[in-house]
Amino acid sequence: MSTILLLLVTGIGLGAVYFLVASGLSLIYGLMGVLNFAHGAFLTLGALIGWETARIMGADSWGGFALSLLVGCLVGALLAALTEFVLIRPLYERHIEQVLVTVGLNLAAIALFEGIWGTDPVFIQGPTWMGMTTDVLGAQIPNHLFITILVAGLVLAGMVLFLKRTRYGMIIRAGVENRSMVTALGIDVRRAFTLVFTIGGAAAGLGGVLASHYFGYVSPLLGGSLLIFAFIVTVIGGLGSLAGAAVASVLVGVLQQFANYYWSIGDFVVVILLAVVLLTRPSGLMGRKVATA
Amino acid sequence: MSTTPQTTPAPAAAGGTGTAPVLTVSHLKASINGQQVVEDVTFSVPSIGITALLGRNGVGKTSSIKAILGLIHRDAGTVELEGRPIHTLPTHRIVQRGVGYVPEDREVFAGLSVAENLRLSERDDHPRRELVESLFPDLVKRAQQAAGSLSGGQQQMVSLARALMNDNRVLLVDEPTKGLAPKIVGEVADALEEAAKTVPILLVEQNLAVVRQLAAGAIVLSDGHVVHTTDSATSFLDDDTLVTRHLGVGTGPAPKGA
Ligand SMILES: Nc1ncnc2c1ncn2[C@@H]1O[C@H](COP(=O)(O)OP(=O)(O)O)[C@@H](O)[C@H]1O
Ligand SMILES: [Mg+2]
Repeated sequence: MSTILLLLVTGIGLGAVYFLVASGLSLIYGLMGVLNFAHGAFLTLGALIGWETARIMGADSWGGFALSLLVGCLVGALLAALTEFVLIRPLYERHIEQVLVTVGLNLAAIALFEGIWGTDPVFIQGPTWMGMTTDVLGAQIPNHLFITILVAGLVLAGMVLFLKRTRYGMIIRAGVENRSMVTALGIDVRRAFTLVFTIGGAAAGLGGVLASHYFGYVSPLLGGSLLIFAFIVTVIGGLGSLAGAAVASVLVGVLQQFANYYWSIGDFVVVILLAVVLLTRPSGLMGRKVATA
Repeated sequence: MSTTPQTTPAPAAAGGTGTAPVLTVSHLKASINGQQVVEDVTFSVPSIGITALLGRNGVGKTSSIKAILGLIHRDAGTVELEGRPIHTLPTHRIVQRGVGYVPEDREVFAGLSVAENLRLSERDDHPRRELVESLFPDLVKRAQQAAGSLSGGQQQMVSLARALMNDNRVLLVDEPTKGLAPKIVGEVADALEEAAKTVPILLVEQNLAVVRQLAAGAIVLSDGHVVHTTDSATSFLDDDTLVTRHLGVGTGPAPKGA
């Protein structure tokens, strides 16, 4: 019983990290038709600079941890906004080139990060409490999971409020459905492009800091491995659907934990799930039609 | 240059009222994915009333409208709105200049509520909500309903309302009665007639009875060119030879299909 509870919470924690990456990916693809391979770089840079910040402030202090979250978030947002503005925007409506340029940026970023931080993972720590566990119905739950899940929940709530309550949120929802009709109402949809990149980058940067506590290390390759699962989550949830990304994140995270613990086949099970969803619901759990660009 | 057989080319205004046209399209060429869909189209839209844009299915009416709006790639030609060139502008700027658009398949945002669809279309601080609400009282009742859950006729009302919400110089309305029940066709036609009192309209319409009711002048496309321009749509529709040659149908209500 306690094992199941532990696996469940660990799985939700992993899902929370996936969500922080997948939410941005999904919105960016939904609105712009671009699969953003540079998203992992936003996460990695957020994690690396976040860790540098925490170290300077004192890695075991709450202030250092809080500031690392803030800095990771800002760094992710900034890099993402810059990417959209400098690389994506000049290739407006040229989707293949846009995807290629994100692939290139990702490779260049990893090489740069390795040049600065080296190729080895750097093991990190946070405030002492985060390294301890809390007894929940007999299960020893690592405390950092509570923070990760809480932050992801807040990000989800914030994104939903933004999409539902603001004019830009409305433009993004409309643009995910039919981008050209948004421009035909006299709206410059490209501003919304910069915005979804920025929001997605901020979430990824936060996700980077939290992922480094989840796995216990930072490395220039942190983003790359998470990005693959985030892509899978995005496809399972339905490209362009925030709710889909949330549900699929938790589903994939939990399934992966259980399959890993009992049969050591977590990654395999995720691929099977992807195949099953694609065969039965080609546009994902909550996706709209994918065909139209 | 294109030769126009048996035509009355009216380079100034099809309406012939002597006022300057609101929209002037000259030698417009456009393509979709490298395939030319508008070959060399020249016409102008008078600054009052409804002008019909007619032609067989697939002749390029929708593509011409999309090319005017910059929604598809323009290869050549010019478009002027009240004498000022707009063909160099991106779509959203063209619309901001006062070109309202009601697309062929309505294209409401299905996941957004009716109210959100309308709010999205408001371009300035003076949306004409009273006008829209008086024209389409049904939409007021359904403000909170998802636009995707509406009937085809109601969606067409949303699409029209979006264009009427702003103070436009001209409206481009593409087959507003397509696929609607006869009773709804009448309602849409009445709404257009009402709207035309305040803004000139270029109307693509296959239902020739509706054209008769609404249109002053007409522009007829065939083979990617304008082959006929008249300031009396009725006299064109009364000429069976012309109608059969250019539209491939006899006159009368609601002909459908290619
Ligand atoms: N998305 C598209 N891709 C390629 N060709 C298209 C596309 N849309 C329309 N066409 C072609 O452009 C031509 C004009 O179409 P259209 O402008 O829709 O005609 P109309 O509105 O007069 O029925 C047709 O031959 C049609 O096959
Ligand atoms: Mg058409």
